[in-house]
Amino acid sequence: MKRNSWQEYQKEIADDNYYYVRSCIRQNFFPGSEKAFLDIMRNDVGKNVIEEATHTSCTGIGYHSDIVPMETIMTVVARQFALMTEAGFENFTSSCITSFGIYTEMLETWNEFPETEERTREYLYKATGREFKKPKNLAHTSDVMFKHREAIAAKMKKPLINVFTGKPLRVVEHIGCHYAKLFPKKGVGGSEFPYVLAGMIESWGGEVVDYPERRHCCGFGFRNYIVQANRGFSVANSHKKLESMKPYKPDFIVTNCPGCSMFLDKWQYTIAEMEGNTYGQDGRGIPVLTYEEMAGLVLGYDPWQLGMQMHQVDVEPLLDKMGVVYDPAAKYLGPNGKFIGNPELASVNLNCTPTPTMRTL
Amino acid sequence: MGKYFDKLMEDVRMREGLTSCMNCGVCTGVCPSAEFYHYDPRQIVSIVQTKDDDAIEELLRSDTLWYCGECMSCRPRCPRGNTPGYVIQALRRLSQELGFFVESEKGRQQLALKRTIGESILETGFCIYPKLISPQMHPEQGPVWEWIYENDTNVYPQFTPSYRTLGTGALRKIDDDTMGELHRIFEVSGGKRFFDLIEEHSERKAKEMGYESADHEYFIDIYTSNSGGHTLQ
Ligand code: SF4
Ligand code: SF4
Repeated sequence: MKRNSWQEYQKEIADDNYYYVRSCIRQNFFPGSEKAFLDIMRNDVGKNVIEEATHTSCTGIGYHSDIVPMETIMTVVARQFALMTEAGFENFTSSCITSFGIYTEMLETWNEFPETEERTREYLYKATGREFKKPKNLAHTSDVMFKHREAIAAKMKKPLINVFTGKPLRVVEHIGCHYAKLFPKKGVGGSEFPYVLAGMIESWGGEVVDYPERRHCCGFGFRNYIVQANRGFSVANSHKKLESMKPYKPDFIVTNCPGCSMFLDKWQYTIAEMEGNTYGQDGRGIPVLTYEEMAGLVLGYDPWQLGMQMHQVDVEPLLDKMGVVYDPAAKYLGPNGKFIGNPELASVNLNCTPTPTMRTL
Repeated sequence: MGKYFDKLMEDVRMREGLTSCMNCGVCTGVCPSAEFYHYDPRQIVSIVQTKDDDAIEELLRSDTLWYCGECMSCRPRCPRGNTPGYVIQALRRLSQELGFFVESEKGRQQLALKRTIGESILETGFCIYPKLISPQMHPEQGPVWEWIYENDTNVYPQFTPSYRTLGTGALRKIDDDTMGELHRIFEVSGGKRFFDLIEEHSERKAKEMGYESADHEYFIDIYTSNSGGHTLQ
């Protein structure tokens, strides 16, 4: 394939004035990343991003668990667009890949089957008295960051360079199935030539490492993770990806979707506990970052203010390689330096044999 | 002949997801569920395409229908522009409408999804929130999650001004007016009815299986039990 094939899948991304909606998964597992996105866009890049208290979940996890009917999620989506319309905005940006897929799917369905849009407008009006305009521009928050990657690069304090060797850090990226497999033209680079994260990595000094299972699902699979009896599916898929990337010796993984971040992080813990296998170069796990965390580190943000203590796989080996100055003792402190206890140790971070904590799945 | 097929065609995802399948198996080749389960999306599409009521009904009652992870990896690769994942979404909708989902172990899990994700949406306005992810139910989340779970009121406020309180920010408490709108949307658009339907069919099945009702015990059983035989290895 030609190196620049991604350029055939360009999408338009608005330059400013974004109406921002949160992600159920990201705010649970990576609340520091959502904060970092807003801080970086507003303070470092100087863009107008608004958030309102009145938005809700898109209910996408319910939709893809087949408990929320399509008519219902369409009306919830319409309500979010109504809030945007009432606030006087036209550019909608969502912090979640599942949601981004949902917003895209519903807009496309309204185009393809106009009667579904009409019915949605009726339901929304009946339920809330609201009306909506469709967004002029729809972007995932990583699209927005991709758009402004050079502005971030201009303020870079810690490029993605290994300070010990002077070489670019080796990064594997994962864009998440629902970013571009649903509607390839709506994602930068489509589903085959993922470039939204790769573009950031390149602009910030790192090296994108390709590997055979780059496009394989992380293993969320909705009901296949949420229901405990099915979780073997989820770990098996993450396992497949981790095995495939290991020989390429990545310094870290960066993901587009908060679910993928969480699974690739947590399943490394599980695999280490169950089988004693780790995937990093030092017998430990591979750190898994969100793109907001990657941007935050590049801009010199404190890793604990970015919330990187909430990861299961320790990020310190990466921080050291980047030459990030941090206080190891502050990692697990509460507000105002209050001591709130430390998590138990886990073998994925220890470079040793498994601990007996992981008994069942 | 074709009564289920006609019903399925009322779902726009069927109209979008199935034109004509040439049985090439590309979808199965890229499908993560096909690598793990006794599962073949090509076959599902093929069965639906026959419009055979008996064969479709068998599918609606089977475990097979519930293996797909809705990753949509099949969508960009199908040479005929089909989306097996969409066809499955339509089948799952019909299986629940008709109450057939309770006839399989994997299908019965819809109640667990309704009681966790579904009720979370109606209670909090979010699909998940930290207290839903208990370390007991989620041992795979590991000790750092356990530490967060136990220290939530110390950890989250470092990143959000409104943890479980009114205002903007991550994991805020959503105000009553907004929750009222969300509930009315569920009522007007059929979401509430669909939740009730899942409960009613589960209640019927639970009794049939010897439980007193589809209570906590039934929920825990369907949430945790795996009779084996679903997977390739
Ligand atoms: S890839 Fe498309 S044409 Fe081929 S078997 Fe699957 S659905 Fe049918
Ligand atoms: S959507 Fe379902 S059938 Fe399609 S590739 Fe994913 S798991 Fe397989």
